[in-house]
Amino acid sequence: MLAYILRRLVQAAAVMLAVALVSFMLFRFVGDPLVNMVGQETSLEDIAELRDRLGLNDPIFVQFADFVWRALQGDFGISYRLQLPVSELILSRLPATLELALISGALAFVFGVGFGVYTALNRRGWVSNTIMTVSLIGVSLPTFLIGVLLIWVFAVELQWLPSFGRGDVVDLGWWSTGLLSTSGRASLILPAITLGLYQMTLIMRLVRAQMLEVLRADFIKFAKARGLTNRAINFGHALKNTLVPVITITGLQLGSIIAFAIITETVFQWPGVGALFINSVQTVDVPVMAAYLVLIALVFVVINLIVDLLYYVVDPRLRVDRAAAAS
Amino acid sequence: MDRLARIWDSDVAWSFRHSPIAIVAAVVALGTIFAAVFAPWLAPYNPFDPASLNLMNGFTPPGTPNAVTGQAFVLGTDHQGRDILSTILYGARISLFVGFAAVIFAMVLGIALGLLAGWRGGWVDSLLMRIADVQLSFPSILIALLIFGVARGFIPAGMREQVAIWVLIVSIGLSDWVQYARVVRGATMVEKGREYVQAARVIGVHPVRIVLRHILPNVIGPVLVIATIGLALAIIAEATLSFLGVGVPPTQPSLGTLIRIGQQFLFSGEWWILVFPSVALLALALSVNLLGDWLRDALNPRLR
Amino acid sequence: MTEPPVLSVRDLIVEFPTRRGTLRALDRISFNIRKGEVLGMVGESGAGKSLTGAAIIGLLEPPGRIAGGEVHLRGDRIDSLSPEAMRKVRGRRIGMVFQDPLTSLNPLYTVAQQLVETIRTHDDVTEAAARARAIALLDRVGIPAAARRIDDYPHHFSGGMRQRVVIALALCAEPELVIADEPTTALDVSVQAQIIDLIKEICAERGASVLLITHDMGVIAETADRVAVLYAGRLAELGPVRDVITAAEHPYTQGLMGSIPTLTLESTRLVQIPGAMPRLNEIPTGCAFNPRCQQVFARCRTERPSPIERPGGRQVACWLLSETTAEEAHGGTALEGRGPLPAL
Repeated sequence: MLAYILRRLVQAAAVMLAVALVSFMLFRFVGDPLVNMVGQETSLEDIAELRDRLGLNDPIFVQFADFVWRALQGDFGISYRLQLPVSELILSRLPATLELALISGALAFVFGVGFGVYTALNRRGWVSNTIMTVSLIGVSLPTFLIGVLLIWVFAVELQWLPSFGRGDVVDLGWWSTGLLSTSGRASLILPAITLGLYQMTLIMRLVRAQMLEVLRADFIKFAKARGLTNRAINFGHALKNTLVPVITITGLQLGSIIAFAIITETVFQWPGVGALFINSVQTVDVPVMAAYLVLIALVFVVINLIVDLLYYVVDPRLRVDRAAAAS
Repeated sequence: MDRLARIWDSDVAWSFRHSPIAIVAAVVALGTIFAAVFAPWLAPYNPFDPASLNLMNGFTPPGTPNAVTGQAFVLGTDHQGRDILSTILYGARISLFVGFAAVIFAMVLGIALGLLAGWRGGWVDSLLMRIADVQLSFPSILIALLIFGVARGFIPAGMREQVAIWVLIVSIGLSDWVQYARVVRGATMVEKGREYVQAARVIGVHPVRIVLRHILPNVIGPVLVIATIGLALAIIAEATLSFLGVGVPPTQPSLGTLIRIGQQFLFSGEWWILVFPSVALLALALSVNLLGDWLRDALNPRLR
Repeated sequence: MTEPPVLSVRDLIVEFPTRRGTLRALDRISFNIRKGEVLGMVGESGAGKSLTGAAIIGLLEPPGRIAGGEVHLRGDRIDSLSPEAMRKVRGRRIGMVFQDPLTSLNPLYTVAQQLVETIRTHDDVTEAAARARAIALLDRVGIPAAARRIDDYPHHFSGGMRQRVVIALALCAEPELVIADEPTTALDVSVQAQIIDLIKEICAERGASVLLITHDMGVIAETADRVAVLYAGRLAELGPVRDVITAAEHPYTQGLMGSIPTLTLESTRLVQIPGAMPRLNEIPTGCAFNPRCQQVFARCRTERPSPIERPGGRQVACWLLSETTAEEAHGGTALEGRGPLPAL
């Protein structure tokens, strides 16, 4: 068990280091960082001095070590475009993204599992057929198009819901939440649906496929042969076995949701980290891009680790097998 | 060819004839591709020819006649008076070009790396598959976006516009090679262990020849399925990036760019500028996706 | 009238509608199982043995369906019960043991959870009482330290031990009939005999009848009281095990038994049956076995033989015997077409 966790941690660290390297190269070699930092009228001597002060004349691996060291402390430099510390920028926008991602994730999981189980158990009903057809459209629909169409229908034509921003936010220490105000909650609805819909269809199709597979398993046949009730078979035996792999994928989906938030945030002008990133790509604001790269990698690595451990808790078989495989 | 002919004769053709969804999807997809390829001849206007534009035609609702010529704008015009139908045809052309090019790039790269990993084994294999694992845990659209962002950073500012389309193709391609590589690697490893391959190696047949003759034919089916679904994904990825304003340059508007433009006029009531390109994108992505889905079921390869 | 047989299957037909027409997987199968009896059912894979078991217990995989015939359990017709009524029959009145103990148990639940759940589904007892019963049963099927091991997960047990757990699960609601579908095929040779003995013993103890489905004539010879031989979804021969083994009357059974000199000395050539069993969509007209039969004649190719009553409670579906019976008894006992068979 311990060996397994250690192994995973080493892998995670390796991934982070690789991403940090890409991020560093971006930071160091894209254009000249100084040109972006100083004004037109700065003298050449000042530039040379600044170059030295920033360590840009040091050997490259020293610079990388320095970059990693500062990154570990959350220091990613100053945004070229906004002239503010990157860490501050990201931190101020993180609550908006996390709130959106978690609400969407919860929506996607609840409805995804619900619809998935329903369509697996009622394979031939018209309700199932409708859900399946809509889900296929959902998978084919690009996220941004869902958002744009929702805005068209609910914000422009019906005028029921706001189409941009977070509404009124309440500050709780460094965390600003939109969940405590009516306009904040109303503003969350369309973005959350946009972001959650695609993930929901994915989870739903996965649950359905997995459940159908499990329902064909011998132990389900044996459970039926023992006269267990449909309820016990479907929700006790089949669903539990279905959820083991689903938990993995769903956990990983949370990472995707944070990534896809880039798109949703742009459509709804949601003041989150993703919108910040897109702006930085458009304007080649390298420090922000580099920091976002590291942040998103960190999110994925952490989620992967948690999911692995969760998997381990849920499936008794792995407590033996995986530990053996890892040692 | 013999293998292909046999597949065609058997269940795939049967399955196609008996799947109305597949037939409709094929008609829509092929129709769109045809219209896009022949856009210069089919489109009523050339939206990139400033001479044909007249600001008097700006914001013409669908079905209204041209203020100058009297010819009707079937799907209306945008703010610059460009015919929406024409911009859609030209836009689909760019979307499809990027999509196909990205899929081909991903396919070639994936097959090559898959063969390399499967054939060489050892550390080459471990390294490639580790990279594949890591990449698979990220959504491909994010990978494409990140690669695109990074690449943009490395390209001098003056050249960004010109090479944007190629950077986009490479970004999307790089984000989607893993599945090809996995399938090909698996098939390669199976075949490599077979006695005839070992015999061929012993008598000195060139590895490239073994690979082409014996291994590639086995993976045509799965690769075709991945490529079809990959095309839908690539089209969506391109549209998404262009919509976000980081894809193709505004001078070459793809469907995603058109939707981005259309969104600006949503609140002022010119819905057609948004809706028709959206419908076109949806029809294209959905039909290709449905074809891929059907193909996977029909060939039933070991994809999952 | 004596008491009805525990299981009575009459003219059972199972069909699979496919895109290329309906396939008949079981065609007018009839047999009885008496109280405490072990009926062996043999045949090649695809002959319909497992389907017979699935049809009796009402677990045919769709689109398979019972297209004709009747199944009676101690006089109660069970093939047309509502799903809920049939569910109550399963486990409670008919237990079933499947082939692969590795996949028959839910890997995410302990043995205790699975046993207690099954017992409490059929009997209104407390958790503690069900658990006590489960431990006693595990002990009976030969799990050492049952009281401790009951809380283990299935993967903690070896294959043979898991099959013992499966048997305990099949028997925990005290069924009258146990269907054992290839119960030893997936096991090591060393434990096969133990499992077979266990099934036989424990069923005898409880007065349960057994339908033992297997392709292994050796197992049948040691265990069963009577044997039914299936070929291409049809009953070829049925009779007491000793009689069928020593003096098989159907050419197919003769081939199956290897070379046992029976009617004529030429049958020593039937060590191996040439050809293979036809697929369901290619069953020839007449007798299904006719293309492979060494003693085939004109009638076999045109008319399907129905099981013919033979002395000693045997039935054989073969025109060879009809010809002889017809000559001897002037067309007496040969049954034509789909006429019902008398109960055995």
